[in-house]
Amino acid sequence: MEELLKIVADAIRGAIGVQGAAFALAAVGLNLHFGYTGLLNFGHIAFMAVGAYTMAIVVDNGASIWIAVPCGLGAAVVLGLLLGIPTLRLRADYLAITTIAVGEIIRISIRSSAFEPVTGGVFGLQGFANEFFALNPFSPGTYGVWRITFSERSLWVMTVGWTLVALTTLLVWALMRAPWGRVVKAIREDEDAARSLGKNVFAFKIQSLCIGGAIGALAGMVLAMEAQAVVPDRYLPQTTFFIWTVMILGGAGTIKGPIAGSIVFWFIVLATEGLLRQGIDSGLIPDWLLSSQQVAAVRFVLVGLLLMALMIWRPQGIFGKREEVLVGAR
Amino acid sequence: MPADAAAHPLAGVDARPGVPKPDPILVVDGVSRAFGGLRAVDVAHLEVQRGLITSMIGPNGAGKTTLFNLLTGFDSADSGTWALDGRPLQRAAPHTIARAGMVRTFQLTKALAKMSVLENLLLGAPGQRGERLLSALLPVRWRDQERGVLERAEALLERFTLAHMRDDYAGTLSGGQRKLLEMARALMAEPSLVLLDEPMAGVNPALVQSLLGHVTALRDEGMSIIFIEHDMDVVMGISDWVVCLAQGAIIAEGLPRVVGADPLVIDAYLGTGQADRSEEGS
Repeated sequence: MEELLKIVADAIRGAIGVQGAAFALAAVGLNLHFGYTGLLNFGHIAFMAVGAYTMAIVVDNGASIWIAVPCGLGAAVVLGLLLGIPTLRLRADYLAITTIAVGEIIRISIRSSAFEPVTGGVFGLQGFANEFFALNPFSPGTYGVWRITFSERSLWVMTVGWTLVALTTLLVWALMRAPWGRVVKAIREDEDAARSLGKNVFAFKIQSLCIGGAIGALAGMVLAMEAQAVVPDRYLPQTTFFIWTVMILGGAGTIKGPIAGSIVFWFIVLATEGLLRQGIDSGLIPDWLLSSQQVAAVRFVLVGLLLMALMIWRPQGIFGKREEVLVGAR
Repeated sequence: MPADAAAHPLAGVDARPGVPKPDPILVVDGVSRAFGGLRAVDVAHLEVQRGLITSMIGPNGAGKTTLFNLLTGFDSADSGTWALDGRPLQRAAPHTIARAGMVRTFQLTKALAKMSVLENLLLGAPGQRGERLLSALLPVRWRDQERGVLERAEALLERFTLAHMRDDYAGTLSGGQRKLLEMARALMAEPSLVLLDEPMAGVNPALVQSLLGHVTALRDEGMSIIFIEHDMDVVMGISDWVVCLAQGAIIAEGLPRVVGADPLVIDAYLGTGQADRSEEGS
């Protein structure tokens, strides 16, 4: 019982903590891309990497984070333009392929020795978060209720992270209730129909890609602040797919989906991991079946199964409308 | 249809391909498009009279839809120029052409399935301030305009007998209702010329009558309409002018009964030996 409570508490802590906030934030951006505009962005991690690295590099060169963060956002917008201008006039699948490639190109470039003087190569960059933590209003100590406690540093990153989630969600909501959102949703449904009514589809797609990308960059910055480091191998393609999972779990094309999706996703991942570890430690899961080194991999297998079940019985996600999925299938 | 032939604005116009019209809204010159070796469209000269219903007929593969695609920018012409009210539109993007006043519908309807019927219509309104990114965040800048757009949309829904489905997903509409929706949505864009691509295809006969009623009503309000149609009875009944395409070129144009009796048209469109039947029909 004691162990079980600990597992639940740890899972909740992760889900509402920095990880949950950062993935929710990233999913808000991806939701604008895919959920609302229908853009198949399979390289969201590229925006996160570009945002985090630009911020880190700018601070590394002696600037304040008040300059570095806008630079990170600006870099994400530039990436959006570079990605979008050649591909958004083409069919949706071209963007999908390009984004996967760009995500890897960026990761491999920043870890290459050629860029080591700027990016720190495989070792990355550290020590750029001091100014951010100097702003921390929480005095040292632990905060929280029951077993769900956070250090003052985590609490500060969390606060900033969830505040950004709230602000960006509000931004997306405001855009979606406006005629701008109507055009973007029409593009998702059928871009030729939007064109035939005089809408400049390309311009709307570029705007969506850049705004969503900038929100992704914010998520990258939050994670970088928490780790107080940027390391290239934290920006693997699988992160993009976790964000997709979060978005679909919550309900693509819904306002609250990314938030609920992220919390639920991390709760499931962390609780599964906790239970498996507990099972191995207590001998309930025999050694020949699963060793503790394999847990990290197996938990995602279980998450995959859970997602399959979800897609079968609740394809619209937590907040999606079932009729929309049915209508779309016609 | 105008009551008597003498009052017909095109009464004195020759029935020959490429004939000049007294008041053309659309003038097409030398538009061609080849797919590999196949010459899909090769229109030397075509003028479309303002304020009338011009039907475009022709056998399957005659290039009617391809010509629509070229004129509205959804496909690029190999050569040629065309102008709407004197404004050249060749090489313009589809949205530019739509904004210029030439709006088309599609043969396979493009209902925005996961949006409501009302939202489908609201989308069509031109020059919405709330579509600009920064204005979108400030409702004061678009709320008044939105109210006007909403009123217009609701009036159109009423007119096209879709008002009871206002809040339903467009994806739940029947084929015929989708045709109505698409026509209503095109009208939201306030076009001067609408291009309807087989608006009656797949629509049940009862609804066809009301659709035809809508089309003639629009003409009577001063809108210019080009529409592609296969059903000769429909064409004869509703058109003010008929243009017949075969193998991409205009082989005949004229008043409906003239084109309907043209042996070239009967050969190309109805197949040889059908001349007698078409005489009865007209």
